[in-house]
Amino acid sequence: MNQIVPAKRQGTDLAAPEMQDYVTMLIEGQMFGIPVLTVQDVLGAQKITRIPLAPREVAGSLNLRGRIVTAIDVRLRLDLPRRREEDKGMSVVVDMGGELYSLMVDSVGEVLSLPAAKFERNPPTLDPKWREFSMGIYRLEGKLLVVLDVAKLLDFTRSE
Amino acid sequence: MDDLLSEFLTETSESLSVLDVELVKLEQNPEPAILQNIFRLVHTIKGTCGFLGLPRLEHVAHAGENVLGKIRDGELEVTPDAVTLILQAIDRIKLILGHLEQHECEPEGNDSELIARLNAMAEGRAAPAAEAPAAAAPAAAPEPEPAPAAAPQPQPVQPEPVAAQPEPAAEPEPVEMPAPKANVPAPTPQPPAVREAAPAVAAEAPKESAVAAQTIRVNVELLENLMTLVSELVLTRNQLLQMVRGRDDSEFTAPLQRLSHITTDLQEGVMKTRMQPIGNAWAKLPRIVRDLSVEMNKKIDLQMLGAETELDRQVLELIKDPLTHMVRNSADHGLEGPEERKRAGKPEVGKVVLNAYHEGGHIIIEISDDGRGLNLDRIRAKAVANGLATEAELDAMTNQQIYQFIFKAGFSTAEKVTSVSGRGVGMDVVRTNIERIGGTVELKSQPGKGSTFVIKIPLTLAIVSALIVECAGERFAIPQISVLELVRVTNNSEHGIEMINNAPVLRLRDRLLPLVSLKKLLRLSDEGEGERQETFIVVTQVGTYTFGIIVDRVFDTEEIVVKPVAPILRHITMFSGNTILGDGSVIMILDPNGIAGATGESGMLGGAQATDTQLVRDSHAEAKTSLLVFRAGGSDLKAVPLALVARLEEIDVAEVEYSHGKPMVQYRGHLMPLISIDGSTQFRDEGRQPVLVFSDREHTMGLVVNEIVDIVEDRLKVELRTDQPGVIGTAVIVGKATTIVDAGYYLPQAFGDWFGNPAKEYGEEEHLQPRILLVDDSPFFRNLLTPLLSVAGFDVIAVEGADRALAMREQGHDFDLIISDIEMPGMNGFDFAAAVRSDGRWQAIPLVALSSHATDKDFERGRTVGFNDYVAKFDRDSLLQTISQLLAAVKGAA
Repeated sequence: MNQIVPAKRQGTDLAAPEMQDYVTMLIEGQMFGIPVLTVQDVLGAQKITRIPLAPREVAGSLNLRGRIVTAIDVRLRLDLPRRREEDKGMSVVVDMGGELYSLMVDSVGEVLSLPAAKFERNPPTLDPKWREFSMGIYRLEGKLLVVLDVAKLLDFTRSE
Repeated sequence: MDDLLSEFLTETSESLSVLDVELVKLEQNPEPAILQNIFRLVHTIKGTCGFLGLPRLEHVAHAGENVLGKIRDGELEVTPDAVTLILQAIDRIKLILGHLEQHECEPEGNDSELIARLNAMAEGRAAPAAEAPAAAAPAAAPEPEPAPAAAPQPQPVQPEPVAAQPEPAAEPEPVEMPAPKANVPAPTPQPPAVREAAPAVAAEAPKESAVAAQTIRVNVELLENLMTLVSELVLTRNQLLQMVRGRDDSEFTAPLQRLSHITTDLQEGVMKTRMQPIGNAWAKLPRIVRDLSVEMNKKIDLQMLGAETELDRQVLELIKDPLTHMVRNSADHGLEGPEERKRAGKPEVGKVVLNAYHEGGHIIIEISDDGRGLNLDRIRAKAVANGLATEAELDAMTNQQIYQFIFKAGFSTAEKVTSVSGRGVGMDVVRTNIERIGGTVELKSQPGKGSTFVIKIPLTLAIVSALIVECAGERFAIPQISVLELVRVTNNSEHGIEMINNAPVLRLRDRLLPLVSLKKLLRLSDEGEGERQETFIVVTQVGTYTFGIIVDRVFDTEEIVVKPVAPILRHITMFSGNTILGDGSVIMILDPNGIAGATGESGMLGGAQATDTQLVRDSHAEAKTSLLVFRAGGSDLKAVPLALVARLEEIDVAEVEYSHGKPMVQYRGHLMPLISIDGSTQFRDEGRQPVLVFSDREHTMGLVVNEIVDIVEDRLKVELRTDQPGVIGTAVIVGKATTIVDAGYYLPQAFGDWFGNPAKEYGEEEHLQPRILLVDDSPFFRNLLTPLLSVAGFDVIAVEGADRALAMREQGHDFDLIISDIEMPGMNGFDFAAAVRSDGRWQAIPLVALSSHATDKDFERGRTVGFNDYVAKFDRDSLLQTISQLLAAVKGAA
């Protein structure tokens, strides 16, 4: 849990003091957020090429303006059931070490500017899988926002 | 200006500007990685200028490197004094370089004072020695300051540098010394940032003037971006074309056509900017090796093969230094001196061979030498001394594993540190650089025989032509370079996919081709292959291993730019990359190497013996021959080696015509004589008659049979010989006694010029199994004579050319007799005989010429060049006789 503090501080350096901007996303009704500065693009449904033998969370790859982006199904990564066929879904493209990844979620919402005071650590009761990918929780009006740790989400060497 | 020199200048100024930054970083944060980098840069500068004959530069760099070496080994600490001193050395280097650029020679002068200080620092007497000159320098600073500034200026006005030089000549020591330091003392008191900027500007200004005129150096990243933009442009163009295609008379058609052409040209142009033949990276090597051979007193022959192999320039840049290092190492450490070589029984001239080629979607660069090989004992000792492994651990390792230690940092086994190499930079840097671009480097070494480094670089950025295939609805690209051919298999086609215990195979001509189901391999779906109407087999070759990949459909070939897959997918060895096709979709690129490896054939990939020699001897022992089993002229089974049969045909009996009472058909625009197996032609009354077509060059004949039974793979072991014409003997084929038909008997019946007289008897049987080398470019005759000779009791190896035969001599094969064709592409039989007779181990081996042109003149010529006898090509009888006689003569003589 000790990564939370430096990670947060790094974020606040970039944004207004003590405030951090997040792109919010919905998966299975749960709200998630990732720092807005890590987001490159928000995409609608895309034509995705399946990659055989890849980890099941890897949905495939797609062409984003001439760059190849690897699509990750966040639902499967979080041990949630696969998205229903008829739901189109949306994607958030992030840059990780010079490579682009598209995080497939149910929908992408607005950008929220959140004060650090509302940030909490992961509750110990959280599912271990979720705890691995969550940096902490923001208490919002009426709901909670889980801050996704994108680096861990894309680190397939640990989970396998 | 000398190309080599100008390149050196450009390169060195780049290195130097990096050095400035790195050194300052080092001062603030003495990290080993930074130090390693600085050390390497200085080492490179020193190494290169040593070869270019720039002694002054070399000495300064060498002294600087000594200090850095001590720091790296932890013997010296990084103090501001040390950094200042090294910066001074670097400034001196810059000054000399500046002069070099303008006058193409080193300035006169003497660096002994600076070198003395550097050496003092290296020996640990740093503090006092450095203090004094540092104090003295600022005093001198104001005066010489204008000197370097003035130096470039007179250049345009007064081309002769002499004007500026007399001063140092008159008073070499005192004046020259402060002059080069001019840049240094002034900034010394300033903060590092400023100091760093000042020399950079000084060095840059004159550099630009000279180099800028010829070429522009463009950042590769810029090209990369350009490439991406062009790709997008192509995609957009394709979309537009698609939209207009539907309408016939659109006003957009013409401009769009133009746009299309320009886009294509642009795309090609941008692609071209990134590709360079690897020879560019080698251009410097001959000179380096030459100088090295002079310096080390060795005789070195540098051979460079495949210089035209194209490489992405980014990759090229990255492997350039490693390659230079490795060639230098091979020449310096690998090759022995001429005396040592003579003692070891090797030619005086040592060989260093560079070979580059594409293989299975990779670029392979081999650097081999025929020197002494790596010194195992010294590597072991060094590994123990450096604490990399214990004695016990080393004992458990194979020699090849121990060799790998040379890739560890700080590992040098050279006994003395020469100015050339032996400081332990090199191999670890080589490996790091190659691995950074996703390549691998392998090392093979044999004591006394030499070492070979194999660098394998994936086509990360290279452009390849790829075959697009589809399997279970997904499309994949297969690099065209590894595709040999495509076979279409339908439910009712002659050769279908067969299963051996669930392993699919295909009979492809005379071979059994192992198949890999892409669907199963990639777990695309669980259904089997059976239910499809038609499938395609992509016959793929990796190294010496050939296999087929079963796919559903085959599309076109496309030029693709290979992009590496995301790091999270790198573990999947089936893919070498991915790419974006013209229609904008992403597609995975299959890696034939990975597929071969996954199907358990990785062991065959490194097969060193890639010769195409047909080891027919094996067909006696365990290798199997494909045989065509048929019935003709009776109910017993007959068989011929499948390799002899060109085609299987069914002819309409109604089309059979007679001429001179002999049956023939019009076949592919020619008359094809038809021969029956027992002399009396027994055509069916009507319908179609199966015919085995034998063909060699322009001759084609048909052997009429009653029924084609099967194609089988079995050992061809003739158990019963016979004197009956047209029959070689009887063998057990798939558990049944089968008559092996001598195709050679029937051929002369069709064409008089194919054979003289049909053979009646065989030569005396040889029990010692003499070995015969058969050299003939025609596969037909190789296949014809090989079984004939084998059955007569000889051990036959057939090769398709004189070059190959001579290569076998080099490889140490021995024969009792050589039979050679005369008319062959490349080296003909006469030249071959001369080559065999001229020297080498084969001098005494009997040589028999084989030719269809058997005139007296040919006989004469053949005997002059060294053939023992001359046999007309189709006279099997006298061939066998001749062989027996010659072998008997040799035996008698021995």
